[in-house]
This record gives sequence, C-alpha cells and structure tokens, in this order.
Amino acid sequence: MNRLKTAFETLAKNNEKALVGFVTAGDPDIDTSLDIIAAMCDNGMDILELGVPFSDPSADGPVIQRSSSRALKRHVSLKTVMEMIRKIRKFTSIPIIIFSYYNPIMAYGVENFQPDALAAGADGVLLVDLPLEESDELTSCWTVNDFSLINLVAPTTPKDRMAKIAAASSGFLYLVSKTGVTGSDGLDTSEIQTQMNILRSVTDLPVCVGFGISTAEDVATVASMADGVVIGSAFERLIEENIDHPELASLIGQRTAEYKAATIINS
Amino acid sequence: MNPETEFNSQTYNTGSYPDENGHFGPYGGRYVAETLMPALIELEAAYNRFLPDPRFKKELHHLLKNYTGRPTPIFYARRLSESIGGASIYLKREDLTHTGAHKINNTLGQTLLAKWMGKKKVIAETGAGQHGVATATTAALFGMECKIFMGVEDISRQAPNVKRMELLGAEVVPVDSGTGTLKDAMNEALRYWVSAVRDTFYVIGSVAGPHPYPVMVREFQKIIGEEAREQILELTGRLPDLLVACVGGGSNAIGLFYPFIDDQKVQMIGAEAAGTGIDTGKHAATLCAGSVGVLHGSKSYLLQNENGQINEAHSISAGLDYPGVGPEHSLFKDINRVQYVAITDQEALDAFSALCRKEGIIPALESAHALAAAMCEAKNRPKDDIILVNLSGRGDKDLGIVGPLL
Repeated sequence: MNRLKTAFETLAKNNEKALVGFVTAGDPDIDTSLDIIAAMCDNGMDILELGVPFSDPSADGPVIQRSSSRALKRHVSLKTVMEMIRKIRKFTSIPIIIFSYYNPIMAYGVENFQPDALAAGADGVLLVDLPLEESDELTSCWTVNDFSLINLVAPTTPKDRMAKIAAASSGFLYLVSKTGVTGSDGLDTSEIQTQMNILRSVTDLPVCVGFGISTAEDVATVASMADGVVIGSAFERLIEENIDHPELASLIGQRTAEYKAATIINS
Repeated sequence: MNPETEFNSQTYNTGSYPDENGHFGPYGGRYVAETLMPALIELEAAYNRFLPDPRFKKELHHLLKNYTGRPTPIFYARRLSESIGGASIYLKREDLTHTGAHKINNTLGQTLLAKWMGKKKVIAETGAGQHGVATATTAALFGMECKIFMGVEDISRQAPNVKRMELLGAEVVPVDSGTGTLKDAMNEALRYWVSAVRDTFYVIGSVAGPHPYPVMVREFQKIIGEEAREQILELTGRLPDLLVACVGGGSNAIGLFYPFIDDQKVQMIGAEAAGTGIDTGKHAATLCAGSVGVLHGSKSYLLQNENGQINEAHSISAGLDYPGVGPEHSLFKDINRVQYVAITDQEALDAFSALCRKEGIIPALESAHALAAAMCEAKNRPKDDIILVNLSGRGDKDLGIVGPLL
C-alpha cells in the first residue's frame, strides 16, 4: 500500500489539495505533541511531516530552531520519533514523512533507518541537508521501494537540475517558495507560479509548496497553483505562543481546520 | 606520541583528493539545503575558471606580497630550543602577516574571487575574530559590503577584534542562538546566505564547510607550506623531521602540511584543544575524541552525542573552540598521515609564556597549542632534529584572557 499515492489520488478526485502539516516531534513534550498531532489529523491534515529535532538546524528560522531546542530538552531522538510514529499509526492512516537533518540519521545508523521507519509506519523521509549528489549513500541501502525520498526544489534550482531531482524522487516534490530559511515572511506568488510552470514541464509528481505560508489566504493562493501546501513555522509559532494553554491541542486543531478549508477548490 | 612511527606508503596521492563532488575518501561532500547547491556549483565553476587565469594569479601574488607582507620568514627559536634541550624548533611566522594571522591568505584569495565573480557583498563567520578581521580587511580593500557573524560568547571574549572589524567598516552581527560560539555563527551565516545567495559571497574561514570550500581554502593556504619548504631547505639544507600546527577547523595546518604531504619522511602533528582535559568532557578535540557525522555542509569527525546532536566545544582559545574539523584532516587521521594530539588549556598557557619569555614573541593561544605539542616532542628528540611549527597568529588579541591567568 502506498499511502502517499492513494492520498493524492483521493484528494484529486475530491477537488482538494493536500494540507501538509509540520510539527517538531516532542514539542513541547511527547504526550502533548501526540495530542497536537491527533487534533491535526481530526481536523483534516492530509500528510504529516514529523520533524526530528537537531541541535544545529542551519536551514531553519528562529521559530523552528526554538521548537527544536524545546524538544531536545525532552531528550527527543530519532528513536523517540520512531516510537511516536508507532503511536500515531494507531489513530491515523494519513502518510507520515520523517523530516530531519542528516546527522541524526547517521547517528541512528543509515542501514537501519529505512527498515525501522517502515516498521514504525512512516512513508518517507525528507532530509534538508542531503541534496541529490549525496543521497545515494542513504538510498543505496534501501531494499523496499515503497518508501519515498522527498526532495526539495528551490527558487535557485535550474530547470535541468529540477528534472534530475524529480527523476530521483518519489511521493511528491517539495518546492521551497523562496530563498530563505523556514518561517520567513511574505509570499511571492508570481515566483511560485514561475517555478510551478517549470516543474510541471519536467515532472508528473505532485508538488507541495512550503516556506513562508502562514494564513488561510496564503493557503488558498498556493493551493490554486500546487498539489499541496506545507505549513510548519505557523503551527510551531502557535504552539510557542500557547505553550501553557490547557487546550493547546484543540487550538492547533482549529487552525488546521481553517487551513484545510482553504485547500478545497470551489469550482 | 611515538616518533618512531613512520608514514607507511599509503595510496594517498595529492592529486586525487577531493573527487569531483568534493569527497576526501569517505569525508567532505556537500550536505547543504538545495537552495545553496546552485551557488556552490557556481562557486566551483568560478574557482576552476579564475584560479588558473594568469591575471588572477598575478593580482593575488601582488597583493600577497605587497599588502599581506609575504613571504613570512621562518625563525630558529634558539633560546626556546636550548631551554628544552632537545630538537631544534623553527617557527613559520604567520603572525607577521597583515592582520596578524594566516587567515588573510584565504580571505584575500576568496574576496578576490568574489570580485572576479562580480559579487559586491561578502559575509563570514568568525570565532576568535581573526577570520572576521581578515575578511573585513579584504572587503574594505575591494570596497565590498561586509557582514560578520559572531557568537555573543566570542564577542565578549574577543572584544578588540570586534572593534577592529567595525573600524574596517564591517557590520558585526551578534549570534545568540545555541552556545553563542563559532558553530552557531556558522549556522547563522548559512541561514543568512540562504536568503541572500543571489548576490552574496560567503567567505568560509577554514578547510571546513561544503565543497568547494575545503579544497579552495587549502589552495589559498598552501602558500604557507610552499614558502616554508623552500625556506627550511635554504636555511638548513634539508627537510624538517616534524611539522606541527594547531587544528580547530584546520586551515593553517593544511596550509603547512599539504606541500610536504608526499615527503614521506616528514612527520606531522596536528594539535587539537583538550580544554580542561578530554576526560572532563570540556574540550574541542574532534579528531582525538569525536565520531563521524555531518555538520555545516561536510562529513567529518564531530563532537556529538549518541543521537547525533552536536556537543558544545570548550577551549581557552576561541579559534579552536569548534566541534567539527575539515574533512581532509579526517582522512589524514584515518590513513595515519598526520598524528593528532590534544593539548590542554594549561599546556597551551605554559607554551604561550615560554615563547614570550624566551623569544620575545607573543603567540596566539591557538598557535600556543601547536607550540606546546612541539615542545613536548622536542624533549625526546636529538638536537639535530628539525621541528617546524606554524606560528599561525599573534597573541595581542588574547591579552584579556591570559592576563588574569598568568
């Protein structure tokens, strides 16, 4: 069963785009994090990107940096993330993508990573600092095809390189909406449209767009151009601002529902 | 340390590393966000195109000679050597360059490359501030806008260098994330570069970072070893028995070692910072006590925990206070071409004092680590053994730190 393929097919049939939600695993603590993810699933999240906290997140802005250090204070490791995925699988069948820097994967053991992630119930992995040129060392030891390597395409990526990246990817492609780190302000829709046009000419894979998308209006705009919309820092900012709120999980759930409503295409 | 160990003829061939994707054996590479990949590919192409250009070479050579003050001399430290009673210690005087450390060899090369590429803005990370000062200096020389990222911890312990950078027209950006030291400054520089990649050149200060930085920085620093090789032959009629340099990221060490790498009788020692002692956990001895991982764009030895989280490094010397190391050093360690040792804060301070008193030279605390390793080796060697130490920088910047301790 390929959960990603099924998810995009079902969404297309229903005239919807994918709402991809990112949260750092174990932020603010493991139990609350699981409650938050459950609330997101209950309110229409289509794909979960579960972030493995890293001490040196050099591609992330301050919001995700701080979420990472909160999770690290709770000693969240990739092993913890695997355990969390097992628990999440008990209440949802949406695709789960592990989102990480490469070093925690290396420390875990490159050979063990895919079998363990599959057994836990994950559907793929996205590694921010493992570009095409280096990804063989990870994927060459993969024995099962039904596990996706989600690759990133940036505004700086030339067309021929986009084609090479697409050829080495499965599941979906992640288009970075702007040059910058996660959580940067402002959305350049004409830039996204230009990149989308080029991407559509080189691949049939679904394309999800992320970085700098924070309002339901942003979601609706991007959903009109792409197959999915990734929200990360906006969720993490909401977690941070309401960290002691007794109803934190349902706040995140409400926000998820607002975003999800914006991914439905009215025609 | 075992002076009997001789480099056994390995397959290491200076022409063969790195490979086309920047790998030094299993190390190096380009582990960066996709947004930066095209910039690294552009940089590599520019490097390959301009470096061999005779006009580029001529301009660089002119500046190295007339602006930086090269060649730097080598000096026989007679009183220091005699006080130890063993081998003869020679110093390669990188402390005498403009700005007072070897760092300018690299920043001059990279900033000139930036100019040839048509870039008007440069950024850099800095730990001790030497690389920041050197970058601010060459940016001023070429009239470029310059931002230097520096950890708040380092800003407080290297205040004179902060002032220097500001005088040179650079903006010093304080970095308070993480531990507020060099690694965090590098994270922040990478974050900034991702946003400004289209018009900004990132001047990395060591043989670390993603390809092509390790090979490019080696190229700009190898002048240290090329000069030293010629000078020691002229002065003593033979090659040294041992080369010693300190290793944080490892650029001054690669600069000295690289031109001798095929001279199999020349032994090499890289001195890392043992801080308060490796067993105390407060150290920066990446090669002596670390394990392999990926940080700041390349695969190399790192200080990390079992989950792959980077550990904080500790050293009295801000320039060695880094939990990673250049990938070529990791290869040199694995093939036993270089022996890496760890020198404590106290040993470095003792060597610092000894050089001040015996030779009238105030070394940088970084260089004092190399000196301490050399002095320790000298004891067990005959007088006619030649030890060549890279005195990578001068110590004026460290007076605030050593003052209360000595």
